[in-house]
Amino acid sequence: MSLIDARNIDFGHGGQTVLQGVNLSLDPGEIVTIVGPNGSGKSTLLRVLIGALQPRKGTITRATGLRIGYVPQKLHIDPTLPITVRRFLNLPKAVNHAAAENALEKAGVAGLTERQMASLSGGQFQRVLLARAILGKPDVLMLDEATQGLDQPGSAAFYRQIDAVRRDLGCAVLMVSHELHVVMSASDRVICLNGHICCEGTPEVVSAAPAYRELFGSGTGGALALYRHDHDHGHDHDHHHEAAE
Amino acid sequence: MLDDFLVRAALAGVGTAIAAGLLGCFVVWRRMAYFGDATAHAAVLGVALALLFGTSITLGVGSVALAMALLIHGLSGQGTSVDTMLGVLAHGALALGLVAVTLIPGQRIDLDAYLFGDVLSVTRMDLAVIWGGGAIVVAILWWQWQAMLTATLSPDLAYAADLNPRRAQLILTLLLAGVVAVAIKVVGALLITALLIIPAASARSYATTPERMALLSMAIGALSAIAGLRLAVILDVPVGPAIICVAVAIFAVSALGRTLRKLT
Repeated sequence: MSLIDARNIDFGHGGQTVLQGVNLSLDPGEIVTIVGPNGSGKSTLLRVLIGALQPRKGTITRATGLRIGYVPQKLHIDPTLPITVRRFLNLPKAVNHAAAENALEKAGVAGLTERQMASLSGGQFQRVLLARAILGKPDVLMLDEATQGLDQPGSAAFYRQIDAVRRDLGCAVLMVSHELHVVMSASDRVICLNGHICCEGTPEVVSAAPAYRELFGSGTGGALALYRHDHDHGHDHDHHHEAAE
Repeated sequence: MLDDFLVRAALAGVGTAIAAGLLGCFVVWRRMAYFGDATAHAAVLGVALALLFGTSITLGVGSVALAMALLIHGLSGQGTSVDTMLGVLAHGALALGLVAVTLIPGQRIDLDAYLFGDVLSVTRMDLAVIWGGGAIVVAILWWQWQAMLTATLSPDLAYAADLNPRRAQLILTLLLAGVVAVAIKVVGALLITALLIIPAASARSYATTPERMALLSMAIGALSAIAGLRLAVILDVPVGPAIICVAVAIFAVSALGRTLRKLT
């Protein structure tokens, strides 16, 4: 049975319609990527799924006791609020020290515990958000443009980290991204969104679909192939990127 | 010991400052200062209504502050900017309250006591209300601390964890009304927001976690209350404003210390 099942979702504010007739269901362990141009409702869909926004129409069924690990696109911490990485990881539930260290290590930022959140670099911040999300042992990890503000090696390293986390926890991953070439090949399923679902399927099916090519042009097809090619060569050299970040 | 009016005043000041210092952290973190102002200014209208209907001042102030807080809570849920609306409500309630108080027949009341506080006249009953109310504020925040903090950092993180940030906002709104009702006797309607935000702001640069900031803020509030009372007795000035003056002085020292630390 699926973890989350959204049926026929309509969402909008005022006279504006953002999402129309969106169906999405997520099975345990699968990686689903939502792609789409700016303003296509990708983040909105994610926020509807976590319950932050109420759809005008449609139903969302969550598996009972579903644990969601959410990594927002951006998290602004008010400068008046002092908080260390360690304290941040204790939200919403307190965790023991070993678990916190372990999550940071899994997210690739071991040893940051006593740093202030405000003093972290963009990449470190996103990884701490990831660490916090995996501490809740999520059934599904939801990432909203999690690599925004990272350079290309940085975001490639970040996606590898997510892949490692998924293999470790066995959780499903639902992510939103505009970096087609990086994310698509790692996905089991790609959903192409532009207010409504234009097309969906395996990365190969979607990148060949006319609706997708209409939105993104055909150039990304080549990029996808390039990434796949890269990927086949194994991971030996990958760690340089992470160290350099 | 409670027979001494200075002891009662000190206890009233410390009790209020502790509750306000804790709640004030959330007011600062969530940028609710104007929200606090509106609720506090509405308290004067509460005084007028209490005198009109012959109920206790705390009850009148509490109810009107609560009504105002709920009104603002409702408005802020609409997703629009409420800044102007807050200004209208805050000063509207204050002006209406000032007019209403003077129109009440047969009453010659000391308006200054409600605008600037009158801590030297607190009774044992007032003390019970202040410490009881303060204890409720601290207890609720303690109990809801994790949920409140998550919702304050990011409503979306709260939703994803199955917490309701609107509920957190509502609880803070109710507590704010409670603190206003408790604090009006001590610092008066005009200076309640100061007691909320100044100790918290002073604590900010010396804290590394939200909890340390909260504890430090409560301590600074209590210190301001005691030192302010002492200052008022020595200089023969009103206690409420003297408490705030001490708090501002602590803030200035803290800001100076932070600047010096940055330079070195």
